[in-house]
Amino acid sequence: MTEDNKSTPGEPSKAKPAPTKTTEPAGASASTPAKPSLGRAMLDAIITGNSAVVTFLAIVLALVVGGVLMILADQDVLDEYKYFFAAPGEALSSSWTLVSDAYTAMFKGSIVNPDSFSEGSIEDIFRPISETITQATPLIFGGLAVSIAFRTGLFNIGAQGQIIAGAVFASWIGFVVDLPPVIHLVFVILAGVIGGGLYAGIAGFLKARYGAHEVIVTIMLNHIAVLMLGWLLTTDTFRRGGQAQPIGKDAHENAVLPNLFGDNLRIHFGIILALLAAGIYWWLLNRSTLGFELRAVGSNPDAARTAGMSVARAQILAMVIAGAMAGLAGVSQVMSSTNPAHTLTPSIDAGIGFDAITVALLGRTKPLGTVLAALLFGALRAGGSVMQASANVSVDIVIVIQAVIVLFVAAPPLVRSIFRLRGARKGAEGGPLAAKETVGVQS
Amino acid sequence: MADTVIAPDVEAPVNPTGEAADVVRAAARKKALITGIGFILVGLYALWAFGFGTKSGVDAVFGMTVPNRDTTEVGDLSLPARAVAIAMSVLCMVAGVLRIVLDRSRLAIRLSIALFLIAFVIAFLVWAVAGKQMSFAGALQNTLLAAVPLVLGALAGVIGERSGVVNIAIDGQFLFGAFAAALTGSITGSLWAGLAAGMVAGALIGGLLAVFAVRYLVEQVVLGVVINLLVTGITGFLYTQLLQKDPEGYNNPGVFENIRIPGLADIPVIGPVLFDVNIIVYLMYALIVIVHLGLFHTRWGLRARAVGEHPTAADTVGIKVNATRYRNVIMAGAIAGIGGAFLTIGTVGTFSKDMTSGAGYIALAAVIFGRWRPLGAVAAALLFGFTSALATSLQPLNTSIPSQFLQMMPYVVTIFAVAGLVGKVRAPAAANKPYTKG
Repeated sequence: MTEDNKSTPGEPSKAKPAPTKTTEPAGASASTPAKPSLGRAMLDAIITGNSAVVTFLAIVLALVVGGVLMILADQDVLDEYKYFFAAPGEALSSSWTLVSDAYTAMFKGSIVNPDSFSEGSIEDIFRPISETITQATPLIFGGLAVSIAFRTGLFNIGAQGQIIAGAVFASWIGFVVDLPPVIHLVFVILAGVIGGGLYAGIAGFLKARYGAHEVIVTIMLNHIAVLMLGWLLTTDTFRRGGQAQPIGKDAHENAVLPNLFGDNLRIHFGIILALLAAGIYWWLLNRSTLGFELRAVGSNPDAARTAGMSVARAQILAMVIAGAMAGLAGVSQVMSSTNPAHTLTPSIDAGIGFDAITVALLGRTKPLGTVLAALLFGALRAGGSVMQASANVSVDIVIVIQAVIVLFVAAPPLVRSIFRLRGARKGAEGGPLAAKETVGVQS
Repeated sequence: MADTVIAPDVEAPVNPTGEAADVVRAAARKKALITGIGFILVGLYALWAFGFGTKSGVDAVFGMTVPNRDTTEVGDLSLPARAVAIAMSVLCMVAGVLRIVLDRSRLAIRLSIALFLIAFVIAFLVWAVAGKQMSFAGALQNTLLAAVPLVLGALAGVIGERSGVVNIAIDGQFLFGAFAAALTGSITGSLWAGLAAGMVAGALIGGLLAVFAVRYLVEQVVLGVVINLLVTGITGFLYTQLLQKDPEGYNNPGVFENIRIPGLADIPVIGPVLFDVNIIVYLMYALIVIVHLGLFHTRWGLRARAVGEHPTAADTVGIKVNATRYRNVIMAGAIAGIGGAFLTIGTVGTFSKDMTSGAGYIALAAVIFGRWRPLGAVAAALLFGFTSALATSLQPLNTSIPSQFLQMMPYVVTIFAVAGLVGKVRAPAAANKPYTKG
């Protein structure tokens, strides 16, 4: 899988293919030896549809699908379609108004709201961006957790359970002891890392020792974690007394991730940690011996074993590191501004575990790609809640858009054929979504 | 999945000879010893916790009349809790001894496992119910209701994986089937239209899975997860925008009436549970038989399995591999769609957001626990349905075992199963491997 990734020029983040990478996919025709001009390179990229272009087009297509769904779900607009042949303009214009209002609200909620320049404070101008980053923070951790396992050839579907485990450990350290500032936070973060790491370690161990398929094990561990959390919140150790709902105890003040720019913006210290984690992930995979082993095992376990590497060790370590990253997402869920009371709740994972999979896939399991994908989905989440409030369109549309983006990114030939681009080749072309093995006569 | 040499249908070589035979026999003996000792230890625990943990002179009362059914009254079953718990714990240990002694015959192995499970469950139940009352017939009824979608989903999973496509999207097929059935049933006012819509919806998701898995060679596990996410989003969005705003018009399909089969439904306890049910359950009975016979006794089944085990060989003899996979995955989707429809127009009568709550994943677990066989998967689905029914029935009794732990059982059992601790499991060889022709 790793080798395949290398031959895919240009991450979704880059506007043009990196000139240093010489290997082009079979679909790319314009690989001239001379360095092409920027304009020429961009044109080639668009015509042949490299992965950055495909990603962009996938986002466009997903927004279109989202728009169609919005029209289908709006009774008033649908009623106008009954008179479509009598007055087509009316139906089309109200459809346009509906969809454009929704997406405008989404933009205002996630990037910038132009109104805030004239009448708002400085904080109002930066609030949408702050919200986007806040929403993206746990997604970065989760995306990295899925990515590192992918690179080792393991499918970590268990981010949800690992987030819950991390959150439970972190929350417990948060309320059970009272330590001085900084030190308490460090212990909370360590607890989250250990909780997530241990929980994912179960799947890694069962895979390495008994060959138990990690997909099944992590899915089962997700459900076990959810039920375990439900039970813990009925126990005296975790449950806050005197309340009908099962809610955990409040964390001490020193255990909390501080906000970066005061109380009015929710952006918090977690994003620094997340970027740090992405940096560590990059260093680990590309510069360390362990990372080399992980990638080797991911590309070809038999070859790695022949070369004297321990496949079992690599698989267990990869899962533990992945769990540690997911555990940090758990810390962020409990101890950040998004959870004002800093307590455990039955839905503490907030669906991040599964969003993390889409983040990792869209980011092509690379550190920068994962961060950018998390920012995109964070923006969708932040904008989605504003859209729900102001344009009266349910925030669930965000999940649809996210899933459709990933589906299209998974099948570049589909996107190319929709836009009639050249190089429509069969197959998933070696992205992280491509099937690892195929049977049969290979062309 | 697990790398073992044992194919799913041929459990052990019949008459192994030579050195290989010694290795096989030694492995079997070791396994018998470990399992047997495990049974005995669990039996000892049951003796201590359930047997001596129950006060003497207290009865456990089990209601045997099926609630809400037109049936004759059956007297309650009253058991002396302590004595029965002790006897059953001892039986658990006996099963362990039998497992060690009778390690040669497959029938004996199965019987000892069944004896152990039944004895353990009874010991647990009399302990939990001691001094109180529980409707056992009601629990059986809940078992069937919980198992219907699981069975249908598991059958869908078996067909898909046997044809070489891993179907993680069962949950999405459930959810979309449930949604489409409720919506169509409400708009048309016909439950049959709702059922058909549920099948079509499931087949659509199956088709989506097949296109991306077969044509675009996308990794099937990840694909399934993404499709589930997509369906969660679509149904959640439409639910909030449409169904919630006008529940009378869009989310009021009603429920299929029960059909009572005279004669069969008069059998005490079991009769009304199994034969006074609605059409979807009867459809499920039929599908169990059809899928089992179809998969192992027809040309279609042979081809499906060939495509799932060795697509290259299948292609060589002229079977269209990818066409077979498309057809089977779409068909499986329709079956899972019926399971989804059961959730709305078969039981509760309304759709709610994320109403499957991961049932599709339990169905997947049943596929694996049932070792990719229709009947095995059905048994596993019933077992999982029983644990969930027990969790519901025992909740009001305030036992010291939290209901969450009972609900966890299917998942824990599945982890043990895939780790090979409950016996070897092996997936069809070409599951999750797309086929490309030169």
